[in-house]
Parts: sequence; structure tokens; C-alpha cells
Amino acid sequence: MQLLRRVYRFGSTKHRFASDITSTNRQKMNLFQAINNALDIELGANPKALLFGEDVKFGGVFRCSQGLNEKYGTDRVFNTPLCEQGIGAFGIGLASVGYTAIAEIQFGDYIFPAFDQIVNEAAKFRYRSGNQFNCGSLTIRSTWGAVGHGALYHSQSPEAYFAHTPGLKVVVPRDPIQAKGLLLASIRDKNPVIFFEPKALYRNAEDEVPLDDYELELSKAEVVQQGKHITLIGYGTSIRVLKEASKLAEKDGVSCEIIDLQTIYPYDGQTLVDSVKKTGRCIITHEAPQTCGMGAELSAFIQEKCFLHLEAPIKRVAGYDTPFPLVHEPIYLPDKFKIYEAIKQSVNY
Amino acid sequence: MIFRISRSCFSSISVKLPPFKVHHLELDQLPQTTTTTSAELLAYYKSMQLQRRMEIACDNLYKQRLIRGFLHLADGQESIYEGLHAALTFDDCVITAYRDHCIALLRGDTPHQIIAEMMAKQTGSTKGKGGSMHYYKKATNFYGGHGIVGAQIPLGTGLAFAQKYNKKPNVTLIMFGDGAANQGQLYEAANMAQLWHLPAIYFIENNLFGMGTSIDRASANTKFYTRGDVIPGIQIDGNNVFQVRETLKFAKKHCLEKGPIFIEAMTYRYHGHSMSDPGVTYRTREEVQQQRKTRDCINYVKNIILENKVADEHQLEEIDNTAQNEIDIAVEQAKVDPVPPSTELTTDVYVDNQNHFIRGILYKDSILPKSQ
Repeated sequence: MQLLRRVYRFGSTKHRFASDITSTNRQKMNLFQAINNALDIELGANPKALLFGEDVKFGGVFRCSQGLNEKYGTDRVFNTPLCEQGIGAFGIGLASVGYTAIAEIQFGDYIFPAFDQIVNEAAKFRYRSGNQFNCGSLTIRSTWGAVGHGALYHSQSPEAYFAHTPGLKVVVPRDPIQAKGLLLASIRDKNPVIFFEPKALYRNAEDEVPLDDYELELSKAEVVQQGKHITLIGYGTSIRVLKEASKLAEKDGVSCEIIDLQTIYPYDGQTLVDSVKKTGRCIITHEAPQTCGMGAELSAFIQEKCFLHLEAPIKRVAGYDTPFPLVHEPIYLPDKFKIYEAIKQSVNY
Repeated sequence: MIFRISRSCFSSISVKLPPFKVHHLELDQLPQTTTTTSAELLAYYKSMQLQRRMEIACDNLYKQRLIRGFLHLADGQESIYEGLHAALTFDDCVITAYRDHCIALLRGDTPHQIIAEMMAKQTGSTKGKGGSMHYYKKATNFYGGHGIVGAQIPLGTGLAFAQKYNKKPNVTLIMFGDGAANQGQLYEAANMAQLWHLPAIYFIENNLFGMGTSIDRASANTKFYTRGDVIPGIQIDGNNVFQVRETLKFAKKHCLEKGPIFIEAMTYRYHGHSMSDPGVTYRTREEVQQQRKTRDCINYVKNIILENKVADEHQLEEIDNTAQNEIDIAVEQAKVDPVPPSTELTTDVYVDNQNHFIRGILYKDSILPKSQ
């Protein structure tokens, strides 16, 4: 089979940090516009890229695929019926014959009909076929996290379920610049990737996003804020909450180092370990319920590597172990006050 | 669509039913006419008007941000709910998706409880913990109220199994939309139902759009009443309360004697899929207005009432005002009700409520775990 030369490889630049991008060719964009831009670039550069999902054709319920059907045609940007299991599995099939399948699951809460396909079929394809086949060019994009009024079925953060499955990669961006770079990297990564987009940030997060084709490395965490006394780890929407909490702590003279995990799995353990060895204290936060969330895995890993460096137990500030509530959302979420309190407890241990 | 109506005697009014489409059934098994009375007509009118006013009130409350989150309104489809209420009993189970407010109303909740639930107040039907998509009523066998599309279908099939197992003379009405008809779980469930001859009525509310996607762009076979394959099916006009009623009576009899059946009710929703959907990007305003003018289910009953001089415009207007008044009172009451206390965050996760420290927004409002 003739492999298509991927022209974009010569045009795309890979970076470790967004701050390394020197381009001045930028435009103010919010998160959905940045995602749209990334999809536009990939569809333009790669004739084998296909984008599909529920209501994707008219632009998507969050406008992420706006204008793409008009530009690339219904052969490449098309609607599927209401069948998540079908969407996921169909994507795996397409990817296994070399197409770049970008499947959209409208809300992360709806990803579960596709769970079997993702976990049993996509994740294990390369392994069970002895590397004869793979679905590495599959990327599943889905919305993620609390949005203020989503309640039980429009607010879930299911990253931990997928992080528990070797063979998959899970990525969560924190802002438009990261989102574009990480999405392009995820699409082009030769492993199936689940890309969760924080829906609360679709309109609220804005930045001057470079218009070039650029990728940000997967499995690399970023130190978003340098600090001395305590390491705060989060991803997606939590980074904003951590920044607010660190401002509160600053007034008490506590300097916080904030790390954005970016790739949830496989995560960049080295960056986390380097930081905790420096500060000696650590707090991990996520909206998903505490038990068996990512905080549990990261705590176990960090204490294993940094035991003698720790001055206090590692704390997790996460959602309660309940279904995501309706009106109790403000109490449920790990907000800046809960994190500030955890910082105080850790520092005073 | 006005059908020939005649007064056959002083109290009973005959109504001609619209044509049926059938699959694996004979047309002569279904009635061509039915009868109604003045009292019944007025009752249907009043009830459907109450449903309509309630849905419109919710629209207003959403725009005032007193209802938040996801809200899916059913105005335009009231005759389906009225028809099922007329045909089935409270011993028959009903399960549906998220367009469930009107069913909640007919299955025993008051407008106050329903509106309070949407506003996430403690006095709501499910303690303010479920919201618009999650109404339930154990006493009248209403099993909800589900957010995930299609998930209620196999669930309902289980209910039907239990009814058959317990030798009950009852059926389960499993409601879902044209979008959900493409979910794999429907076919898994229907296969089980047919194999085991379960008393399950698979009821498709076909309002022509699965959110923004029209039926012919989502389904290879848009004759949803035939999608049960070997399972018999009937297509009806969902906006005709009498046809819905008579079909469900037939369906119940069929289920108890033979096994599952598919019913497809053609209908139309005036609002978009939810309040986040304007509803005019995939269909024209003219189309919506045309549906209102020619196919409105409440106007259909109103015309029968007026033509048979059961009541006049003025009397009907009074009924409208009474309904509106009832809703207004419910809304005002719900506005002042309290939200559920913070303790409700962690109750009902398991059978035994566990002891949790719940951090309040201000520390002084936290709930401390009870000492062991």
C-alpha cells in the first residue's frame, strides 16, 4: 500500500513548551476556535483525515467544527447517527486501514457505550496482533468537566477510567494555545489518544494563539508557575483554580509551584518528582471523585520516588465520592478555598 | 386535519381515526373510529393545556436563569402523553428519556413539584437532586427520566420481564425518540423481548429530528415502526390523542397475548432539542409555524369541542386561564422554596448514608461527620 507522504511533517514544528514558539503570526482565539484551527490544519494537510460525530456537520454543539464541512466536504466531515459505540468502533476500523480518524463524542458522559470498544479493541489492537495492525491514527475528542450547571450527565471527568488502560493515551489541555498544540500532537501520535476538552473553557479561555502548524509534546508536564514551598498538580480547568489558590497562599508567604499534567496517561513522572524533591510537599487536584482518581495514582507514584523528601503527606483535593450533583455543584467541586486549606494543612504539618 | 365527526347520540361523540400503517399486522385488527364524550373532551383539553402552559412557563424560567442546566421541552407533543394516560393504568410501567415533564405531571406529580425540581428546590419531585431529566414516581410505576440516550430501553425491557414473571396483567411502555432508534441497545432489548414474549411496548416519538439531524440523515430505514424486524409495528399520528389512546389499548392487549410491539407516533416539537438549541438552524421558522397552524394537538381537540358545541370559545378561554393560573401559582411557590441542604450531596449514594465531612463554601457552613 502506497503510504501518503505527510507533507505537513515538514511544515509542522514540535515544541516542548508553548513559550518556545517564537512565531508572531498570532490571533486572539478562544478554546473552541483553537480546536477548530487545529482541525482545519490537519484536514488541510492530511487528505486521509476524517472528522465525524454527532452534529459535527453544522459546526458542532460547541462550534468546534464550524466551517469545516463547507471547506472539506461531507466525504470528510460528516454526521453519524446517535450511536457512541458505533462511532468509537467505526473510528477504530478506519484507523486500522490507515485513515486519520477523529471521532467526536459530544459529552464525556456519553462515552461509556463506546467504553468496551475503546478499552478492549482500540487499546489492545497493536498488542494482540503482534504489531501487524494498530489503530494509532485514531483520536477521540470529547468534552469534559464541570460547566456550572451540567449536573449528573453533562459534567463528568472520566479520564481515570481510560488512564487505567495501557495502550491508550489521555490528554487534557488547560488553555487554547496548549489545546491546539496538544490536539495536533494527539492526532499525529501513532497511538490511540483520547483528548478531553474542558467545556467550561470553550468560550471563557482566550489567548493569542499562533496560526502556524505546531505540536506540543505528549507525555510532558509543564511547570506553569515556579514556587519553593509546595507543589500543586492539576490539569484542565483545575489549573485556573490552583492559580487562584496560590494567590491566597502567597499572602501567607507560601510560594506554590503549579504543574499542569497535560498528558494524563502516560504521565510525565520526572517533572513531578523533580518538583516535589525541591518543595517537599504536594497537593493533587481534580474534579473527578477522589477514590481511584488520578490523584490516587500520582500520590502513590510520588511517595514511592520522593519518600525521604516529603515533609508532609501528599493531599488530594478532589470531588466527593458521589455522582456529580445538580444544585450542590459549588460544594462538590474542589475550589480555591479547599485547595488553600489543604496548602495550609500541608505547610503546617 | 379535520376528520368527519358526528353526534351519534346525546352523550357520545364519534371520532374518525386517521389511517394506520402496519407491519406484520392486519389493518382490520385496528379500529377506524372511536367514541368520546363531552366530559372527556374537556378533560383532555384542560390537561393538555396545563401541560402546554407548564412547558412554556419552564421556558420563561430558563430565560430568567431560574432553571439552569439542560432543559428539554415537549410542547407540541402533549397528545402523546394524554393518550398514554388515557389508555394505560398506573399499574402499567412507563419509562422514558429526558423529555419527561408532561409524563411526570400525568403520573401524579403536581406542577409545583415538577417546576420546583427543575429549579433544584427541596420540594421538587426528586428532592431537587435530579433536575429536569430525572423525574420518577414509584407509586404510579413511572420509572423516569433518563439522560443517556437509549439507556432506558433495555431497562424497560427488564421491567416488562418482571411483569410477565409475576404474571401481572400489565405492560411496560418504553418511550424513546427517533435519534435513540439508532442505538444498538434497542435491538439487543427488542430481541430479548421477542424471544421471551415480553409485554413491552417500544414507543417511538418521531418528531423528525434527532437534535439537529433529520431522520433521513440519521436512519437508513426511517419507517421506525418496522425497525423491530419480526416484531409487529404500527405507525400513527401522535398529534391525535384518540389515535394514541386506541393504539395503546390495542398494543396492551397484543402484548399480554403475544409479545412486544413497536409503535411509531409521528409528532413535532415546537422548541429545539433543548434550550441550548434555537431549533431553527436545521428547520425553517415557517415549518414550525405551519406545524402549529395545521397539526397542533390541542387545536385538534378544541375544534371537535367547538364543532360539537360542547363548549364555546369563552368557556375554553376560561379553562386556559385556570390552567395558566395554576401554573403561575406553582411557579411563585417554587421560587421561594429552599434548595436541598448540603447534607443531600452525600445521601442516597448507597443504601446506607455514609458519614462525610462536607466542606461548605464558607468554612462555618461545613457539615462535620457525626462522631462514631
